[in-house]
Amino acid sequence: MQKPIDNRAWFLVAPVFCLVAFNAMLPLMTVVNYSVQDTFGNNQFFWNGVQWYAELLNPGSEFGGRFYAALGRSFAFSGVILAIEVPLGLMVALSMPKRGAKLAICLILMALPLLLPWNVVGIIWQLYARDNIGLFGWTVNAVGIPFNYTNSAIASWVVVVLMDVWHWTSLIALLCYAGLRSIPDAYYQAAKIDGASRWLVFLRIEFPKLQRVLTIGILLRFMDSFMIYTEPFVVTGGGPGNYTTFLSIDLVKIALGQFDLGKAGAMSIVYTLITLSLCWIFYTAITTRDNQEIAQ
Amino acid sequence: MARIELENLAHSYFVNPQHPWQWALKPMNMSWKQGGAYALLGPSGCGKTTLLNVISGLVTPSHGKILFDGRDVSHIPTEARNIAQVFQFPVVYDTMTVAENLAFPLQNRGVAKDVMASRVRQVAHMLGLEPLLGRRARGLTADLKQKVSLGRGLVRSDVGAILFDEPLTVIDPHLKWQLRAQIRRVHAETDVTMIYVTHDQTEALTFADHVVVMYQGEVVQVGTPQELFDKPAHTFVGYFIGSPGMNVLPAELDGNQARVGSHVLSLSTRFDGAAPGGTYEIGIRPEHLKVARNGPGLPAAVRRVDDIGRIKIVHCEMDGMAISAVTGEDDEVPSDGVVLVPESTRIHLYRNSHRVE
Repeated sequence: MQKPIDNRAWFLVAPVFCLVAFNAMLPLMTVVNYSVQDTFGNNQFFWNGVQWYAELLNPGSEFGGRFYAALGRSFAFSGVILAIEVPLGLMVALSMPKRGAKLAICLILMALPLLLPWNVVGIIWQLYARDNIGLFGWTVNAVGIPFNYTNSAIASWVVVVLMDVWHWTSLIALLCYAGLRSIPDAYYQAAKIDGASRWLVFLRIEFPKLQRVLTIGILLRFMDSFMIYTEPFVVTGGGPGNYTTFLSIDLVKIALGQFDLGKAGAMSIVYTLITLSLCWIFYTAITTRDNQEIAQ
Repeated sequence: MARIELENLAHSYFVNPQHPWQWALKPMNMSWKQGGAYALLGPSGCGKTTLLNVISGLVTPSHGKILFDGRDVSHIPTEARNIAQVFQFPVVYDTMTVAENLAFPLQNRGVAKDVMASRVRQVAHMLGLEPLLGRRARGLTADLKQKVSLGRGLVRSDVGAILFDEPLTVIDPHLKWQLRAQIRRVHAETDVTMIYVTHDQTEALTFADHVVVMYQGEVVQVGTPQELFDKPAHTFVGYFIGSPGMNVLPAELDGNQARVGSHVLSLSTRFDGAAPGGTYEIGIRPEHLKVARNGPGLPAAVRRVDDIGRIKIVHCEMDGMAISAVTGEDDEVPSDGVVLVPESTRIHLYRNSHRVE
């Protein structure tokens, strides 16, 4: 078959090109633009090269130290919530009823937190965890454990982590549940015939079959928690001190609090690159593993 | 090793079944000989998989008993019965190697390491899996996976029966023959009872020494392939076994005569007990109808002739009923009407679909 070659066909891509240009490329370029300039106010900008980046990536500088600290907190936060939400979601999924009214009730209750707007979740926990009027905070204090998230680093972390677990464990649980339901009965029957224990059924059948959904769940939760802003902003505002100042919160402080557009621009770009490269590594790791299996 | 007996066995999902349709399995008595090769044959939804699951213990029968070597196992769980099952879709443990898969049932039963290793080698040899022992099971093709799941049954020395639930469904056509032949060979080598569920008559007839035909939850006939062909005990068997299926025609019986439509056939045996209330049919296999120009028989109009190589299938119509007959490839079929002459000893009589001797 002969394929006609006509470069005018490129025009067919024009609508998508325009769309992407306006909603992604142009906004991104303004950020790039700021990140290489400095200003003394009065809307007068001058070229600053890669100075902002150099300062950002130098842990010795004030700006760099601040950046690395926030980055560390973000990673720590993602790590902690993944370490809790993934096993917990898996356990919830394994113990969910298989059918009937109980299942429907379960699904509705679990879907509820997922449907709430982020700032509402923040407000709920802001109130719920208060030591004076919040049921949770008040109870913990009443038991004899001092708990005040406005002045204790540990308490503030407990609240933001609990809040995220409450908000998002359902997502992992629902994904895992869907994965579990897709395992044919024959696997369980075969395992029965082979005399496998419940633990071996999990280890040899369920867990391997869930790897794909778990990977997706982890990816989603990692990205989301790494970029979390609204809930901790509403609950702690990044405090006490800087204890819950994650990257996104710090970025907003710099951009809107201090109006350091150059620093904020550089930080945005680096933040985006970190996110993108982590996604890419994750994605490549999955696909190469799958390909290796197929090749085998 | 096991002789499997079913005593008044029946299964229903209703607490107190009143109507025939409420039985998933209608009451049956059967005995499966130790070391036999059986096929459970029937259309989809006839209850053959339910029966298989009752035997394996995945379903507990609502009525009756199931005995292994005389021991009542009706309420004994699957893992405690000495059976293994190969499912329609290959079940392997993805993350384990072929060798680990084969060893799995033994490991769970606490078999000693050296015994386990030698059993695995033995079974792998029997199934031709030796070169694959170190491979992950995940990447195997469907037929190899089926072999691995068969191997998990064979590896246990306590297994007396292996049940196959349509095991060739997802296998490529050219591999089906090979795998079936291999299952036969394994059967010959091991003296294990094999029960093979299928809806494909070719598979059933080539695999089994005894074929159990099921229809609407009922076992309608148990017999060798030859018996199923020569003496179908139920109109369904006649229709289901054989290609094309048996002609089943409504008839009125009187002494040694059968009235079919407006024609009369003479029978080789006298039939007297025409009890009231039954519906009567005669069954004649297409192979036992001779296509002639004239003579004593059923005059019919030829509608179509299919030449399928060594034989021709002649599709006819008589009094609005379809009848097919088989002739040799060189026989001439007159197009302006034929007479179908049955072999009188090969005419089967049916009362309410069951064969009358």
